[in-house]
Amino acid sequence: MEKISGSQAIIRCLQEEGVKIIFGFPGGAVIDLFDALMDSDITNVLVRHEQGAVHAADGLARVTGEVGVALLTSGPGATNGVTAIATAYMDSIPLVILTGQVPTPLIGNDAFQEVDIVGITRPCTKHNYLVKDAKDLVSTLREAFHIARTGRPGPVLVDLPKDVVAKMVDFTEKKPIRMQTYQPTYEPHPGQIEKACKQILKAKNPVLYVGGGVILSNANEELTELARKLNIPVTMTLMGLGGFPGSDPLSMGMLGMHGSYSANMAVAHSDLLIAVGARFDDRVTGRLDAFAPHATIIHIDIDPTSISKNVKVDIPIVADCKHALTAMNTWFNTASDFNREQVMASHEPWRATIDEWTKKHPMAYIDEGEIIKPQYVIQKLDELTHGDAIITTEVGQNQMWAAQFYKFNKPRQWATSGGLGTMGYGLPAAIGAKMAFPEKTVIDVAGDGSIQMNIQELATAKQYKCPVKVAILNNNYLGMVRQWQELFYNKRYAGTVMEVTPDFVLLAQAYGAVGLRATKKSEVEAVIKEALTTNNTVIMDFVIAREECVFPMVPAGKATTEMLLV
Amino acid sequence: MKHTISVLLQNKPGVLSRVTGLFSGRGFNIESLSVAETLEPSISCLTLVTRGDAAIIEQITKQLHKLIDVIKVTDVGDSEYVEREMVLIRVKAEAQTRAEVLRVIDIFRGKVVDVSPKSYAVEVTGSASKVQAIIDILKPIGIQEIVRTGTIAMARASKK
Repeated sequence: MEKISGSQAIIRCLQEEGVKIIFGFPGGAVIDLFDALMDSDITNVLVRHEQGAVHAADGLARVTGEVGVALLTSGPGATNGVTAIATAYMDSIPLVILTGQVPTPLIGNDAFQEVDIVGITRPCTKHNYLVKDAKDLVSTLREAFHIARTGRPGPVLVDLPKDVVAKMVDFTEKKPIRMQTYQPTYEPHPGQIEKACKQILKAKNPVLYVGGGVILSNANEELTELARKLNIPVTMTLMGLGGFPGSDPLSMGMLGMHGSYSANMAVAHSDLLIAVGARFDDRVTGRLDAFAPHATIIHIDIDPTSISKNVKVDIPIVADCKHALTAMNTWFNTASDFNREQVMASHEPWRATIDEWTKKHPMAYIDEGEIIKPQYVIQKLDELTHGDAIITTEVGQNQMWAAQFYKFNKPRQWATSGGLGTMGYGLPAAIGAKMAFPEKTVIDVAGDGSIQMNIQELATAKQYKCPVKVAILNNNYLGMVRQWQELFYNKRYAGTVMEVTPDFVLLAQAYGAVGLRATKKSEVEAVIKEALTTNNTVIMDFVIAREECVFPMVPAGKATTEMLLV
Repeated sequence: MKHTISVLLQNKPGVLSRVTGLFSGRGFNIESLSVAETLEPSISCLTLVTRGDAAIIEQITKQLHKLIDVIKVTDVGDSEYVEREMVLIRVKAEAQTRAEVLRVIDIFRGKVVDVSPKSYAVEVTGSASKVQAIIDILKPIGIQEIVRTGTIAMARASKK
């Protein structure tokens, strides 16, 4: 058997898994690994902050469906990554995070740059490892990739003591991984599928409620087939956008706190809710007892803990979304008592009701002449990129406007921190996405607050000739919290006024990027066009209506039918 | 409602903290917990007693099962089972109470495991309620120290 150094073995494992790009930041504990990387064909992207490394790996993972990899040093390197690891964990994004650790004889001695990162990340990783023995190195890395990408995906951290990585190890041949304690259920129970399908045939007002699981399992086609076959309206969570074409007449857009009027009304009046890869998050359900009160609930999820966690489910289906939807489509295709025309026609009155709701309160905003409305900026981005760009976001109003007004017609063109709501996510994630797909337009929709949380990654974008575009919706406020203060705290703007904000045009220039600004509506289009045709990293600074709010809005703890509207 | 849950898990460093971290992080409660290796030294058996309605217990068992190092989760109460707990009690035993203490220990089928001029150390095993009962009886006499193990449990073999 071949003997190679631990660090070489790790690189070999990465290559074995098809890793082409990793994002990292060096330090004493990982010099060996960086050294070994230099001799490999893997691109090592040097970020400017470890949070950026993990977000970039996360952005790459979301748009490609592959496992993203980050390499951080021990101590502060590892702890700086924690927010981004938690971000990936909440959204079930497959990552392998390699962290350096002090040499094994020093562990527990409060050595320089020592931290118990396995202890710290236990609750925010799918699984994690401290490799204490070099002979476990190769098998642990293989297991880490296996766990990250299978079942409900998630981040897996592998902590690598410096002496372990320096030892010579046997590079064993890769065999299929079979773990006694970890065997996710992919195939649905046929009995449950039949039960669900029969229930669907009984429904008059069915709704498909689609979450990120559909994206993660690449089930968008199967979902679209089911929805169209049966004429069932579809609503998506923030994570599910792109799982069903946003421009399809069956799409009601997003549901929940900032969802569309029609989507929230439809769920509230539905008699059957088919949840696919969604987890009944509080931002979706609002007040739990008023959520889908008349509906029978079918829930497809690969993670049994998601089922009946928040809402009691009538027909649970533990399975991969793609497998379950395929099984349902097959059931309908072969069921003798299924008359497609009849079923489609029977849902027409329900669709007409939904269309009425959409007409009554469409996703809209009030135009105010030359004042730039943020929604208009997103509409223009959608139009000028033909709905084909990869959009990442920061968190807050910018994120919600992007979700509401960009029409996502395909999966994996949308990367946003949904569960954790991490400001500072968008720029590094955009870099990760652009590194994966250099030919695609990648835009980070940002606010003036959140962009500053990882603005240093502009240097990374420049260094790797990664021409991402940043669209800052600049209102000199931490806008979403300000909105809550306006609506629920008597306009007391505590801690939300950004009295000092950098000149983003000059800031872009300082990094060697291009800065553009629009202060009037009539300038928006020209700025976007210039940004899209510039082969450089660009910041677009849109000075928007300062106190614009995101509507519709379901106030926290209210029923989703109690929407504040434009 | 009280539930006794038995968990088989990999005997590896940090596994116990995955279990306890799950309980604290998700706001589940642990009334008692007991863990030791099984016949197979690479596998540990953990017995924990918790409280919650059906939905909470369902979440607890599913969440435990989701931990990568967990092999098997059984709600022992789903079938007939025996449960035992052990307690060591140091009780005051002076001239006027020594005889009475011994009588109580005898009733509970306990054992005296340490004797001093002014106290006995007593070992008692039984269900949690039996253990509680002897503690309640000895308390007025004067308990100086107690150590309880937490419950362990085993399903009864099928009668067929």
